[in-house]
Amino acid sequence: MKKSWTGAWWAAALLAGAATPLQAQDANAARALAATCFTCHGTDGRSVGGVPPSIAGQNKTILLQQLKDFKEGKRPATIMHQHAKGYTDAQLEQIAGYFAAVKP
Amino acid sequence: MTISRREFMQWTAAASATALAGCATTGSGGAGRVVVIGGGIGGGTAAKYVKMWSPDIDVTVVERDAGFISCPISNLVLAGNTSINEISRDYSGLANRGIKVVRDNALAIDPAAKTVRLAGGNTLNYDRLIVSPGVDYLYDTIPGLNNAAAQSQVLHAWKAGPQTLALRKQLESMPDGGVFVFHVPLAPFRCPPGPYERVCQVADYFKRAKPKSKIIVLDSNSDIVSKAGLFRGAWNNLYKGMIDYRPNSEIADVDVKGMTIKLQFGDVKGDVLNVVPPQRAGEIARQAGLITANNRWCGVDWMTCESTAVKGVHVLGDATLSANAMPKSASMANQHAKVCAAAVIALIKNQPVNPQPMMMNTCYSFVDAKNVIHVASVHQYSASDKTMVVVKGAGGLSDKPSELEGTYAWGWAKNIWADSLA
Repeated sequence: MKKSWTGAWWAAALLAGAATPLQAQDANAARALAATCFTCHGTDGRSVGGVPPSIAGQNKTILLQQLKDFKEGKRPATIMHQHAKGYTDAQLEQIAGYFAAVKP
Repeated sequence: MTISRREFMQWTAAASATALAGCATTGSGGAGRVVVIGGGIGGGTAAKYVKMWSPDIDVTVVERDAGFISCPISNLVLAGNTSINEISRDYSGLANRGIKVVRDNALAIDPAAKTVRLAGGNTLNYDRLIVSPGVDYLYDTIPGLNNAAAQSQVLHAWKAGPQTLALRKQLESMPDGGVFVFHVPLAPFRCPPGPYERVCQVADYFKRAKPKSKIIVLDSNSDIVSKAGLFRGAWNNLYKGMIDYRPNSEIADVDVKGMTIKLQFGDVKGDVLNVVPPQRAGEIARQAGLITANNRWCGVDWMTCESTAVKGVHVLGDATLSANAMPKSASMANQHAKVCAAAVIALIKNQPVNPQPMMMNTCYSFVDAKNVIHVASVHQYSASDKTMVVVKGAGGLSDKPSELEGTYAWGWAKNIWADSLA
């Protein structure tokens, strides 16, 4: 019996223009991780008053390097090293990617 | 990223359900209705993030006060180091996001009917309910304080607002050479470093305004429960001879007329008494059967903040039964709320919930007008422990108080207030 593509359960999602489920899942995971930073750095990284600094729209490579430098104790900090050590490198990359994509 | 075939099938099934769901309507309420009880840090953040991350969900906040006054930084008002206006915000930010802010008191929750009855007479319907009620005080454990008149004389000032100003007035009226007696309840309580920051702030005020005055700290606990070394250092360096810290001093009663705190062994008299009573989850949580531990705290599934006692109802903030080493702090309430918001959206839309939520805590304490110390921690969800666990090797304390951290503390405050309410 021939299987019909139009009967495929995932065709509806793709035809509707939705992100694939995996893409949506990854985007939500990055957003959830980045949201742990909003408390101090502002919603979506737009800091009220600029202290701690805004990180919305920062270059992903630069931001990721800063996070790794904090994590490895290479950059002086009062608290960021203590936070950065709480995340895996993969998580830090997701976080940097999220903020890079946000409008400053 | 590797996933199991089962996980893949779940995600794709959810996606096709989402594509079809666009055709359906739920009548009034768009994609669903979320009601949030409590407009503090937890409730405000939850409402904002549900609406921001899913604009098609109807969000209503029930809050009994006209505006928000922050507990964090409120100790500085006691010292005259900031004003009550600086720590106050209104609810226009949430309203501007399309969130209905209802000024009322939630009297009762009916989880079967999925309704919340308000004191003003209205009833709200919900698909998911988020309860962030803060704490209430166990005055029945302190007989002499178990009436309104006594409570208006011996204040807690553990919820910022009128009591903050009233305690400030009491301190202003105290003569030079007077004694401020401050009682700290047994942990866990709202804001572990809070009492010790209060001691610093009052000492800072006394040092400037009435330097012969003294502070007696009657701590029910066996030691300072947060940043102990740093607080002791600050008291020694900044306020030498002013602070008499007595651990293991649990209160038995208060003689309000005689201005005396009665301990198990001995009495302590003062000119100003400040008693922070033991606490439990706010009254609406008790009414709704959300309290699961020690008649005090609400157990939750930390992946979603859903109550372990009542399905469809989520609990946030100080009212929750804390996971290991998870403080009852503003930062935590704000972090709970974002995990909860994402989970509530996913549950309403029949999408997979994030299986690996993270939360972080930052608590800043002012040892004087400008110098600050912090404590930080990072928490991750452990699938094997089925709860949030501390990430080892992360987090920590300040080396010492600094003005630099003072600037970060104000930055944290302005950002958490905006993140929760703007």
